[in-house]
Amino acid sequence: MSTEPPALSADRRREVRRQALSVGAATGAYGISFGALSVASGLSVWQTQALSLLLFSGGSQFAVVGVLGAGGSGVAAVLTSTLLGVRNGLYALQTSRFLGVTGVRRLAAAQITIDESTAVGVAQPERPAQRIGFWLTGIAVFIGWNVMTLVGALVGNAIGDPRTYGLDAAAAAAFAALLWPRLRSGDAAATAVLAVFVALVTSPLLPPGVPVILAALAAVVVGLRRGGRHEAPPTSRAGELPGADPVP
Amino acid sequence: MTTWTTVLLACAAAYALKLAGYLVPATWVEGERRSRVIALLPVALLAGLVTVQTVVGDGGSLVLDARAAALAVAVGLLLLRANFLVVVAGAALTAGLLRAVGWG
Repeated sequence: MSTEPPALSADRRREVRRQALSVGAATGAYGISFGALSVASGLSVWQTQALSLLLFSGGSQFAVVGVLGAGGSGVAAVLTSTLLGVRNGLYALQTSRFLGVTGVRRLAAAQITIDESTAVGVAQPERPAQRIGFWLTGIAVFIGWNVMTLVGALVGNAIGDPRTYGLDAAAAAAFAALLWPRLRSGDAAATAVLAVFVALVTSPLLPPGVPVILAALAAVVVGLRRGGRHEAPPTSRAGELPGADPVP
Repeated sequence: MTTWTTVLLACAAAYALKLAGYLVPATWVEGERRSRVIALLPVALLAGLVTVQTVVGDGGSLVLDARAAALAVAVGLLLLRANFLVVVAGAALTAGLLRAVGWG
């Protein structure tokens, strides 16, 4: 007994479409920084493009090229990237409730299950709007992110030694910008401080890449503590979507 | 592990995680502590990455160079609520300029 939800008014449809496309355009533009940083870290244009097409999750992509660029092993790069990608699986638990997808559509939906598509989807009050918001945002970000990745990779390749332009330093700034919106609770701040400490202490002792993985333990230490009195109120600042990241 | 192997393994793992969310029961990730750890995971990893990318030099030694100055500029821009691209470009510009004048 699957009853199709009532159709969306033309106005609401236009509104959701506008929201999805603006998020897609804004986020897609950041692909240029990923493309440039990736080739600066020593990846080829094709490897860079493969990450945007197949991995398609900004934080994880920056992690792969960041760890490899810092001399870390492939295992460390994959592990860091994968740990950062866990949240997409959690988004999928939410989006699967309203998407109602099976078969090939489910395989496609999985690939575009990222911060932005989830945020725009869950922000809509009506079921049809949730679906349009998810699909349109995901597809718009996918296209924008991939096109701009290619532009960034080609530009990055053309300008020669990335150190001259400070592109290696830009990676830290990208990670900081991804971290920033997440530092709203006392627990998050405590986790970040502990993670920085672990990375500082272990870096001189262990191979590159390993300290970042050990830093992940900060989340376990802080998360398993009893209490949780330091949680910020669940309401986000006006105009911001829950879990929205500057990149996919 | 070659770079291609690393790239493709990372892609496969990322997709597996996304797809798993459509296939597993939601009860797998329920529970207050478990969800708190999962929510804090990106915070810990990103903070670790910022640290390593900023002050760790060759052979794991801790160094203060143009990258640290670039991060300071990035944090300043974030405090001013600057756009992501502005933050990244501002940091790159800072490091590039400092190196051009022979520091770091």
